[in-house]
Amino acid sequence: MTDDTILLGHGSGGRMSHELLEKTILPALGWDESDHESKVLEDAAVMHITADSLLAAELVSEGDSRIAMTTDSFVVSPIFFPGGDIGDLAVNGTVNDLVMMGAVPLYLTLGMVIEEGLLISELEAVLSSVKTAAEAAGVSVVAGDTKVVERGKADRLFLNTAGFGVVPSGRTLSAAALRPGDVIIISGTLGDHGIAVMSKREGIAFETPVVSDTASLAGLAAQLFMSEAELRALRDPTRGGLATTLCELATSSNVGIELDELAIPVKPEVARASDLLGLDPLYIANEGKMIVVVAPEDAERAIHALQGHPLGGDAAIIGTCSDDRPGRVTLRTTIGGTRVVDMLSGEQLPRIC
Amino acid sequence: MTIAKGIDLGTLDDLVEGFRDPAAARVITAEIAVLGASLEAKGIEPRLMEVCGSHTVAIFRSGIRDLLPSNVKLISGPGCPVCVTSVAEVDRAIAIANTPGTILTTFGDMMRVPGTSTSLEKEKAEGADVRVVYSPLDALNLAAEKQATGGDERIVFFAAGFETTAPTVAAAILQAADMGLSNFYIQSTHKTIPSAMRGLLDTPELGLSGFICPGHVSAIIGARAYDFIADEFKVPAVVSGFEPLDILMSVKMLLAQIDEGRAEVETEYGRIVSDEGNPRAIEVLDQVFRVSDAEWRGIGTLPNTGLVLRSEYERFDAPLAFDVRVEPGRDNPACECGEILRGLKAPTDCKLFAGVCTPENPQGACMVSTEGSCAAYYKYGRDES
Repeated sequence: MTDDTILLGHGSGGRMSHELLEKTILPALGWDESDHESKVLEDAAVMHITADSLLAAELVSEGDSRIAMTTDSFVVSPIFFPGGDIGDLAVNGTVNDLVMMGAVPLYLTLGMVIEEGLLISELEAVLSSVKTAAEAAGVSVVAGDTKVVERGKADRLFLNTAGFGVVPSGRTLSAAALRPGDVIIISGTLGDHGIAVMSKREGIAFETPVVSDTASLAGLAAQLFMSEAELRALRDPTRGGLATTLCELATSSNVGIELDELAIPVKPEVARASDLLGLDPLYIANEGKMIVVVAPEDAERAIHALQGHPLGGDAAIIGTCSDDRPGRVTLRTTIGGTRVVDMLSGEQLPRIC
Repeated sequence: MTIAKGIDLGTLDDLVEGFRDPAAARVITAEIAVLGASLEAKGIEPRLMEVCGSHTVAIFRSGIRDLLPSNVKLISGPGCPVCVTSVAEVDRAIAIANTPGTILTTFGDMMRVPGTSTSLEKEKAEGADVRVVYSPLDALNLAAEKQATGGDERIVFFAAGFETTAPTVAAAILQAADMGLSNFYIQSTHKTIPSAMRGLLDTPELGLSGFICPGHVSAIIGARAYDFIADEFKVPAVVSGFEPLDILMSVKMLLAQIDEGRAEVETEYGRIVSDEGNPRAIEVLDQVFRVSDAEWRGIGTLPNTGLVLRSEYERFDAPLAFDVRVEPGRDNPACECGEILRGLKAPTDCKLFAGVCTPENPQGACMVSTEGSCAAYYKYGRDES
């Protein structure tokens, strides 16, 4: 066995797999057996879903304990990019999907498909990002799997995370809950993640580097829930971007959505890079932003709550719902024209998450 | 990728934002309204064609049609190089890509363009080695790397484009000759714009009253290349930039010419375009390519609108080096791409539009390319029909 690269044998399930798990994966994830009910590695993680800690946090109450589950796979290329790597992306992506349903994220699984030849130091770096991101989001990685495939059968490293969370009593968020008059808020600037990955992949240099916005939205959402604003829906505009996500909301709720292009926050360097690459920031993926749909009377309260959090400084009201043109998203352009905003068709940027 | 290296994108902001200023847009829009009313009083309904696909997209993205008087019509022209690449050339590229030991490279928009029965994207999924590049120089670098490491693949760049990108391809050929590469080829389907505009002017049913001329092409060939439009056909032309205010300003300049009974070539995009163009680029273009007739998808053969390799550079010519035969290409018979590319019909006039033909399942090239008229109508303007 060499010390520095992943070999096929590391996925065999035999001695090399055990060594990789015990010497590399578990230490990098900070696994501490004393935290776990079972002190040895079992075939599945077993948790109490009504643990005392949950009750104390008023996350669950008798007769009302809904759980949220989701899963997501990550195939980003390159696996290290400005502002993050595939590790924190895999944690934040799944955590954010739970958060968007109003859930408090609790547990994650981590499945890895590794191409033989990956440096073990690279794997450790990714796992260290997993650990940091999981701690920041307040989740534990409780189960995992490792497979190794021949060179050329995968691209360095693919990850899958499944997430489990608990939805506190009284939180009902739904893409079908939008009503005419509701206000659309975006929590920050658009397009940072897609442009950061693209610039790294294509070797484009920026004087002001564009970094990915990959982040857990759990804290930002908690701030929002504490404001007690009347929320209709939360969505994170990942693949397909803001445009596609809003089209989904407009269709699900059968309302029209009218956006104001001047109000949509985009970093100047992202706007320029998009122009050069022929991309539209409305369609570029974000990995640490959320769309908040709120009742009109609570819009200011929601903006205030978002802006009080480090991830929400650029939060802005970007549009409103109406009963005009149900199912359609329209945009008032900077020069005062109007156009339809449609879903993304095809793939604008392959493999950015 | 070769673009943008070392450019501080931040310093471009003031420049670009200036061309998106809402207050300035209101002023120009008001001036356009006055000109529109004056023309209406004279019973004139100007039909202005934007030749370039980038203009078509910019017009939709900024909602410019909304801001124009109802008697002023904007017509989308044939200015997307991917859209006008003939079915036979797509079939040829597919046949070349399927020749063992070949790596076919091309721009991303070309991947999904339907040939007679398949596309490069589908063939890639079936195992052909087809790769997307951002510049012909990426293909050249790949060829150099293969030759240096003893790889025996032949690298082909499937080159569709106008005068904007053709000089870079010419430069790649010159560099390949310098480097002594024997594994680098291009399949040129380059086309030239001014002669195609002559063809449009020879189509009386179009009734064109003015041209918005392409800014990027003009940066290479210069504004004087359009003199024949004003001199021979007495039609006004304005070379335009791509920001919303550039296009509004160009529309205003065209309407003013029509209102005053003038027909001249004017340049709105003076910050980039000169009268003479880029002499160095033109020289490289002439050195490597000669003018030929070319088949335009859906339109047919237009004289003197193609660029093929000169005999000195024939050894880089993929169709000569690869013994592939293709039948005359067949479009979907219901596809109206030809009429749409000539501005005779709008995408919404086509029976296939948005039903059978969508960006996910394109029947004609105009729906594939991001700069195609049908794709732009589909994405930004479906409510207008």
